[in-house]
Amino acid sequence: MAIFVDDSTKVVVQGITGRDGGFHSSEMLAYGTKVLAGVTPGRGGQKFQDTVPVYDTVKEAVTNHGVNTSVIFVPPFGAAGAIYEAADAGCKLIVCITEGVPTVDMVKVMPYLEERGARLIGPNCPGLLAPGIAKLGILPTSIVKEGPVGLVSRSGTLTYEVVYQLSAAGLGQTTCLGIGGDPVIGTTFMDAIIAFNEDPKTEAFVMIGEIGGDAEEQAAEYIKANVKKPVVSFIAGQTAPAGKKMGHAGAIVSGGSGTAAEKKKALEAAGIPVAERPMDIVPALQEIWKK
Amino acid sequence: MNIHEYQGKDIFTGFGLPVPGGSAVQTVEDAVASAKEYGLPVMVKSQVLIGGRGKAGGVKFCETVEDVKKNATNILGMDIKGHTVRTVLITPAVDIDTELYIGMLIDRNTKRVMLMASAEGGIDIETVAKDTPELIFKQIIDPRFGLLDHEAMEMGMRLCPDDIKRARQLASAMQKLYVAFIESDASMAEINPWIFTPEGVGHAIDAKVSLDDNAMYRHPDYEALRDLEAEDPSERAAREAGLSFVKLSGNVGCLVNGAGLAMATMDLVKYYGGQPANFLDIGGSSNPEKVVSALNIILADKEVKAILFNIFGGITRCDDVANGIIAATNSMDINVPIVVRLTGTNEAEGRALLAKTDLGTADTMDEVVKKAIELAG
Repeated sequence: MAIFVDDSTKVVVQGITGRDGGFHSSEMLAYGTKVLAGVTPGRGGQKFQDTVPVYDTVKEAVTNHGVNTSVIFVPPFGAAGAIYEAADAGCKLIVCITEGVPTVDMVKVMPYLEERGARLIGPNCPGLLAPGIAKLGILPTSIVKEGPVGLVSRSGTLTYEVVYQLSAAGLGQTTCLGIGGDPVIGTTFMDAIIAFNEDPKTEAFVMIGEIGGDAEEQAAEYIKANVKKPVVSFIAGQTAPAGKKMGHAGAIVSGGSGTAAEKKKALEAAGIPVAERPMDIVPALQEIWKK
Repeated sequence: MNIHEYQGKDIFTGFGLPVPGGSAVQTVEDAVASAKEYGLPVMVKSQVLIGGRGKAGGVKFCETVEDVKKNATNILGMDIKGHTVRTVLITPAVDIDTELYIGMLIDRNTKRVMLMASAEGGIDIETVAKDTPELIFKQIIDPRFGLLDHEAMEMGMRLCPDDIKRARQLASAMQKLYVAFIESDASMAEINPWIFTPEGVGHAIDAKVSLDDNAMYRHPDYEALRDLEAEDPSERAAREAGLSFVKLSGNVGCLVNGAGLAMATMDLVKYYGGQPANFLDIGGSSNPEKVVSALNIILADKEVKAILFNIFGGITRCDDVANGIIAATNSMDINVPIVVRLTGTNEAEGRALLAKTDLGTADTMDEVVKKAIELAG
């Protein structure tokens, strides 16, 4: 088991003929993910790597292959459009990897997804990797290992760093999920935590936050009230100056709120250990897990 | 991207919000000429991308031409919290009866635009939010319908319960502000204060607007609003090279792939008693040109005494990155020690390449940080 994906996950890749879309589609296929179709308008009728049929629209991919999940690798100006199309065609899980999508586009997309009951992961995220089940996005398969730990993060490479350490310590994962670094994202920390809490295979989980917003504070409250599984956290950006965007559009301390110190305080108040350094995450998890 | 008051007001005017006229000028002569054009009294307002201008003496009321001359002379060139005033806005002074606050921002929790308004205008709204949050009214806006008439009217009447004419003006202004917000791809738009004259006429007499950098491609004209002189030269060079960079004041230069890892690396430098010189996300690319640009930007800072690379090769292959670093460092004259940490895909191949060079290496994130701090002295 994993969160958000299972054996019935059938994937269409929007932007499969692009450089990034093509590269990562091969990786997803190599990992055994059921990538059944690709979509690039104007390329309908072609085949990706001589096997995966390419269509002009998501609707055709749904009709011909029963896909229920889309992974999006289209440029920022087309990303919102691709999300609408996937949701309209009936995809219930949409993973948008694209970085640089205008925030107003995402604000407009949200009610459309809510009405259709579609879950969005991202944008500006590495996606999701459920070891042994499926890879939806760009998380490297070489560092993951099947096991009982869930991981949710706003970051990309920092996630890899932590997954690498988990796997090296023999702690495999149920699902590694990058929710993205933008201000408006589909799946939030809270959504992921609720899912990890309900997933019987996930025995403990790690939450990697960063400056900006108050998603970590909300998660802390929820965990305190509802979660019995061991949880540890890490917050990036303690040294970030106020008012400066730290790479991710959502990583900004504004008006004195969204600081790493505030988040750390809220998490610790909820009884969640916050690792000082990335290398302290695994030992912290091992320690509370034993208890 | 934050823009100046006069630029924000231009955007507001374009969407029909009532803004008193004004001219942005760079010289005392032009200030005087503008004041004469609008008719006295006028306000001379410093244009800097930081709050607290009034308290710093950067906003002055002028009744005479002499006042304008004196104040423009004082304000032009003034330093406000590290920002040099190069432009002042000359705008007709209006009589103020009441001051209100109207603002819009992206609410991450509801994933919608949120309108915030308060009868406590003209002062720092963050203080109001902290001390007396009950004085700020909020309305979440459904993007499918925009700010509806009754929502806007209800908000107007909350702010001006005894004056339907003022409430109507506010309602209309809030609806226009929402359209301006969406159409200009703002991430924040504030009118503080919105004022009513004793005759009951409303004006937006200040404008604080941030535009979404991700949406600049559909507003090519907004690129001209960027204040290049107010930007740190190294941050400007980074932006032009397509790198995500923030200058800090330490001596350990950091080149990292990924924003989260870059922040965590800075934090670790501080943890071990060092001071990071910068935040820099080099992205997923192993392109030597990008590495050269990044190194040039970091080396332009003479405080930098050591440079670390912290690269997690996920999708990017470590041997590609090693080749990129080697090509870049070979093409440059670098007098600062460099330590490289490569982990992940093809890590052994990457390390083998680095072993043939003078570049220092480290196996873990902790080690690269400790070594760099030591080298920086």
